[in-house]
This record gives sequence, C-alpha cells and structure tokens, in this order.
Amino acid sequence: MSSEEDDEWVPFSRRSEWSDVKPVPQDDGPHPVVPIAYADDFRETMDYFRAVYFSDERSRRALDLTSEAIAMNPGNYTIWHFRRLVLESLHADLNDELKFINSVASKNSKNYQIWHHKRWLAEKLGPEAAEKELEFTKNILSIDAKNYHAWSHRQWVLEALGGWENELDYCNELLEDDIYNNSAWNQRYFVITRSPLLGGLQAMRESEVSYTVGAILSNPENESPWRYLRGLHKDDPDLLAHNKQVSGVCLQVLSAKHDVVFALSLLLDLLRHGFQPSLEFCGVVDALRSVSPELSSDPASLAGSICSILETVDPLRSNYWAWRRSHLP
Amino acid sequence: MDSSPIDSSSSSSTLSSPTSSPHSAAHDNQSRTLTLSQLEQCKVEERVFEIYRIFSDAPAHTQTLMVELWRDKHIEFLTRGFNQLGPSYHVLDANRPWLCYWILHSRALLSESIDTELENNTIDFLSRCKDKNGGYGGGPGQLPHLATTYAAVNTLVTLGSDAALLSINREELHSFLLRMKDSCGAFRMHTAGEIDVRACYTAISVASILNILDLELVTGLGDYILRCQTYEGGIAGEPGSEAHGGYTFCGLATMILINEVDKLDLSSLIDWVAFRQGVECGFQGRTNKLVDGCYSFWQGGSLCIIQRLLSIAHHQIKSSPISLKHLSVDGNADSASFTGCKPDRSPYQIHDFDGEEAGKRSAIGLEFIKITNEGPLFHSIALQQYILLCSQVLEGGFRDKPGKQRDHYHSCYCLSGLSVCQYSFSKTADSPPLPNAVLGLYSNLLEPIHPLYNVVLEKYYKVQALL
Repeated sequence: MSSEEDDEWVPFSRRSEWSDVKPVPQDDGPHPVVPIAYADDFRETMDYFRAVYFSDERSRRALDLTSEAIAMNPGNYTIWHFRRLVLESLHADLNDELKFINSVASKNSKNYQIWHHKRWLAEKLGPEAAEKELEFTKNILSIDAKNYHAWSHRQWVLEALGGWENELDYCNELLEDDIYNNSAWNQRYFVITRSPLLGGLQAMRESEVSYTVGAILSNPENESPWRYLRGLHKDDPDLLAHNKQVSGVCLQVLSAKHDVVFALSLLLDLLRHGFQPSLEFCGVVDALRSVSPELSSDPASLAGSICSILETVDPLRSNYWAWRRSHLP
Repeated sequence: MDSSPIDSSSSSSTLSSPTSSPHSAAHDNQSRTLTLSQLEQCKVEERVFEIYRIFSDAPAHTQTLMVELWRDKHIEFLTRGFNQLGPSYHVLDANRPWLCYWILHSRALLSESIDTELENNTIDFLSRCKDKNGGYGGGPGQLPHLATTYAAVNTLVTLGSDAALLSINREELHSFLLRMKDSCGAFRMHTAGEIDVRACYTAISVASILNILDLELVTGLGDYILRCQTYEGGIAGEPGSEAHGGYTFCGLATMILINEVDKLDLSSLIDWVAFRQGVECGFQGRTNKLVDGCYSFWQGGSLCIIQRLLSIAHHQIKSSPISLKHLSVDGNADSASFTGCKPDRSPYQIHDFDGEEAGKRSAIGLEFIKITNEGPLFHSIALQQYILLCSQVLEGGFRDKPGKQRDHYHSCYCLSGLSVCQYSFSKTADSPPLPNAVLGLYSNLLEPIHPLYNVVLEKYYKVQALL
C-alpha cells in the first residue's frame, strides 16, 4: 500500500505489491550536466514511475504512484500527462480526482501543470463544475488576489462553463478591497466585453466611464483606471477625445497639480484623436511648466509642451517622452 | 548622457519635480489605510531606497565596488550549479535544459567559455533528453516540451561548436513543432498540453533560429497573438488574461519573427511597457505589481526590440523617397527592402515573402540586428542601477529583489537585461558602447545578445553561417 503520510516512507523495493516491477534508472549518461543530488525516496519513486510509464501500465497502482511522484515534484508534466491517460483508461471517478487536484493546487497555486490539469478535469465534468471552479479560484484569489493562473482559469471557466451572473459584483468587491488590483480591473474589462448577460462594450461604456472616473479621482496616482479608461474606447478612440467626463477628469487632476503624469499622458492621447482643448485647459498645462511660459497656449503646440513637461516630471521616461515628441503629427 | 547612478532614494527625489512620480502608489495623499498593493509596494520601496541611500552616501571607491559586476563570483556560482545541484533542486527535475541554458547563457554573457569535455557532456546530456520523434523533454525519458526544447536549442547554440549544432535533427524537430501546432493557430507546450503565448514563442524562436520556419507553422498564429494583446497595450498569456511582461516579450518577438508585427497596436504596446519601469528603477511585470530583476529582460528587451523595429521602419521609409505607388508589385524577396505598394501595408512589415522558403522567413532574424537604431525608450542607466545594486548578490548570482534568494533563472535574465541596457545606445546590435552607456567600470561590459532569441550575438551568427 503506498503511504500518503511522510512519517514513514516505505521504499518501493520493500512494497510487495511492486515486487514484479523492475525500476528503471534515469538515463543520465556517464557524465551528466546539471545533475541533481536526488534524495533516495525521490530517485526510487522516479525509477518506478519510469517503469510504469515506459511499459504504459494504466493501473490503479500506477495512478497511486503518480500521486506520490506528483507530491515530490508537481512540476513534472510527464507525470501529469501519464496520470490523465491512466484516469481515462480506468474510467476513474472524476469527483475523486477533483478532490485530489484541489488539494494539490492549494499548496502549489503557481504551478502551470496543476492548473492545466484542473482545466482538463473541469472540461470533462462539464457545466455542473462551473460553480465549484469559480468557488475554488475565489479561494485562491482571497489569498493572492493577483494569481495569474487563477485568473486565467476563472476566465476559462466562465467562457467554457458559464457562471457570469455575479462576476461584475465580484470585480466590484475586489476593487473595493484594493482599487490598485490591476487583475481585477482586467477582469472587469473581460466581463463587460464578453459577458452574455451584459450588453457589450458599447452598452456598458457610459456607466463604466463614470465608475472609472470615480476611481481616478480618489486615487489619481493609480495607473489602473487610467489605462482602463483608454481601454473603454479601444474600438473608437475619437470617442475618447469627445467624452466630457474624460476630459473633465483630466482637467481636474491637472488643476490639483500633483500626480499629473497620467493626466498629461491621457491629454496627449486626447489631442492625438482630435480633442479641442479650451483655454482653461491650456492654462492649466501652462501652470505645470517649470520654465517661464513664453511658449504660446496655441493648442497645436500644446502636445509638444506636454511632452516637454513630461520629460521633466517623469524623468524615468524622458527618452520615451522625447520620442513621443518627435513623432507628433 | 551621464552614466552616474540615479538618486531616487526618496519620493521627492532629484528625479522628480514637487509632483510625485507614478508608481509611488504608496505615497497616498489621503490619510486612509493603504491597500494591499500599496503596502507591498511601500515595503519594496523602503528596501530599495535604503540601498540607494547607502550607495549615494558611500565614498567613491565603495560606490565603484557596489556597481561593479562581480564576474568571478557569478562564474563561480554558475559553474558550481552546472557541475552539481543539491537535492532541493528536485523541483526543477523537469527543467534541466533550462538550467543548462540559464547557466551557459549567463557564462557566455560574461565571456566565459566552456571546455571541450563539459561541452561534450552537455551535448550528450541533451541528446538523452531528446524524444525519438523529435523535441526535447525536461530530462532523459521525459515527454518532449516546447519550453525545454527552446532551452535545449539555445543551449546548443550557446555552445556554438559544429558538434553542438549538428547534434540537432532539424527534420525531427520540425515534425515535433508541427505536432504541437493547434488548430486555433497557437501551439501547445506538449502533447495535450496548455496553449499560450509562451508556447508560441518557444516554437517560433526555435524554428526561426534553425531555419525551419514554414507557412504551416505560422498559419493563424498572428491572429491568436493579436487576440492576446489587452486593452492596456501589453500582451497576455491567453486571450482575455492580464497584460504581462513575460508574455509581452514572447508575443512581440514571435510577431516579428513571423513578420506580422504590424497587426499589433504598437503605440499602446510601447506605452504600456515604458510605464512598467518604476521608481525603484527596475521593471515590474504587470501594472501595480512589484519590481523584479527578471523583467529587466522581458520588458527592457521588448523595448530594445521595438527600438530596432522602429529604426528599420524609419530606415526603410527614409531610403525610399519615391512615392510608394511607384514601387514594384512583387518587390525584391531577397532583400529587406520595404516594398509597401499594397495599400494595407504598414511601415512595420519588413519582408515580402512570395515563397514559403524557410530561409527567407528566418532571414528576419539576421536583418533585424543589422540596422541602425534610435536611443532606448527606457531609462537604461536606472535599470542598470537596479540590476547591479538590488539584484546582484554578493556571493554570486542575481535575484528578483532584495530579500529574495538568488537563482539561476534570475541570474540569466538580469544579465541578459544588463546586456540589453549596455548596448541600448549602440548604432548596431554589436558595436561597442561608449563608456557612458555602461554603468560602473567599462569592464562591466557584457557580450551583446540577439534580442529576439536571447542568445549571444556571436553565437547567432555562427548558427546562421552553419545552417
């Protein structure tokens, strides 16, 4: 019987149920490079895994062996691949497998193979699995709200299995917890553009702009909503330039005279797409110049002035702003 | 351009005006509790600025020591790992070609060669990682995998000998790549494995560098990667996911290699990547996440690639002063000249392939590094400062950030990023930089790389000459 506890690991050579199997040592060659000083239990487990893998033994004991091997190195994709073959051949109970994989995933939440296995399993379980999968990713995200794999899995579940009903609310919750959580903003975009329950980007745009502008005003130094605001107009950038809420928030932030980099950057984009700045706008930009304002407030040269200001207030990106300036129409 | 380090030890630093710089998300103007993102950012800034403070307060000779590239220590760390890894490395037992690549590429960047015996051992070991039907696995007897195949091929290219390069069976490898191709246009990492932009890059990089890139491999690929570009401008692992530095590099490099980079929204991509460099001077992987030394390559390298791309476009437009309408329809398939007579052709399309010859597709790699370039789109000296002062480890090797442990992965990508920085002002990819492009002593200079494949440039030339 393969032991699940590691207080007393029994070598395979002493397990009677494995006595018919000849372990296969790794073909490392006489002078391997990057050799790993395997512990005995690791080496032996892998020797027995190789035996069943090469002989393609799709048995119960092979399945248990993969569980042991996975526990030692969850990154070994060959073992996972073989495990799936065994599960299929045995017509194994997939709900048991779900328990297994969720337990492994909780301890290794940043491992590609584990999440791929979850996806494979969820696909087999079908739409009934949606709720559990969403619940599971929610738990992972409650520990690490930006876990990339968890988010990708969540998106896949929504598209393949459904469950969109509460997703926008979930985004709201996460953003209330942490308005800087860019993964939550990304998920928001995903929901408003793809949810079959909402009207799509165009229908959602106005309310989303309001939400985003609110987020900007409470934390103007937060980059996420600024990018989101642009994203809301990806399909129609000229619309961005004509949106009063957008130019309004720009003006407000610039008038406050701190955390202006994103506002200036947005203004540059607005100008590129036909925004006609008022004199008030030009004045507010003028006030940010560190040199004496002998430069005119002519809107045409406004873009150039903005780039110059940005070279000063955002010096880390001075090369980038210089390049932007050289590429103005 | 002054090569002295940047003092950003306080938020109202010499770098910024009275307005606080972006990414100082921690310095909230309202007196509210900080969010988790802000808290984490604050902690990192504290550690990093402490180091920069120590640096700026230190006497000149100490400063020189601090920004010195401790070559011997790194080589010691790398060589030791190459010869023997401890039992805790069993978690990388399915990644051994990666370990080969991270270590040997790092050594090559440090101009350290490898003796014939070790070289032969490496070639032998990698052959044992080969699957009988093509492709390399993470170790002997393992399923072939695109990432480990990429690592194995890049390792052999880095070894550079005829023996190393000829040990690759290109036909077998090509059939493996084709088997990994999915109907959606992208690639799977392994049989029935996950599909993402990383798989696409590893497949195409290998195909391109070995001149086995053909139409079948690229069909539908550009459209898949385009779907992975997010509203932020960066590229995600899969359509819908968050823009991420690693995937952005993979997506961008792939699009260039398959000659479809004009499909991307380049201006928003450039903007996103440029904004990933933060007050710590290093790059973050995603918006509002933490700085990490490895992004010196993924993000810095992306901007380096873009820099060269823009130069190519600029060069081509400049060298064709006549009206586009008068250019011939078929163009010249052998040269890198811009033939843009088709109205939907953008300036970024480099070649006009009428044929499906793999050699011509792979020629993109060669053309890419010949052209003159503009200056870097990021702050090169600041990034070098982060790499040398915050990522470099006294005992050898590099790490993500202060407080983290060194590892071979970070050693590889911090050094690769450092090389990118040092050559970011150079007219061609391998012309020696001026001293003020290199932070610290000129002896810090690394070998130049080919940014699309991330192998030392000299090694790339060798492959092209041989194959």
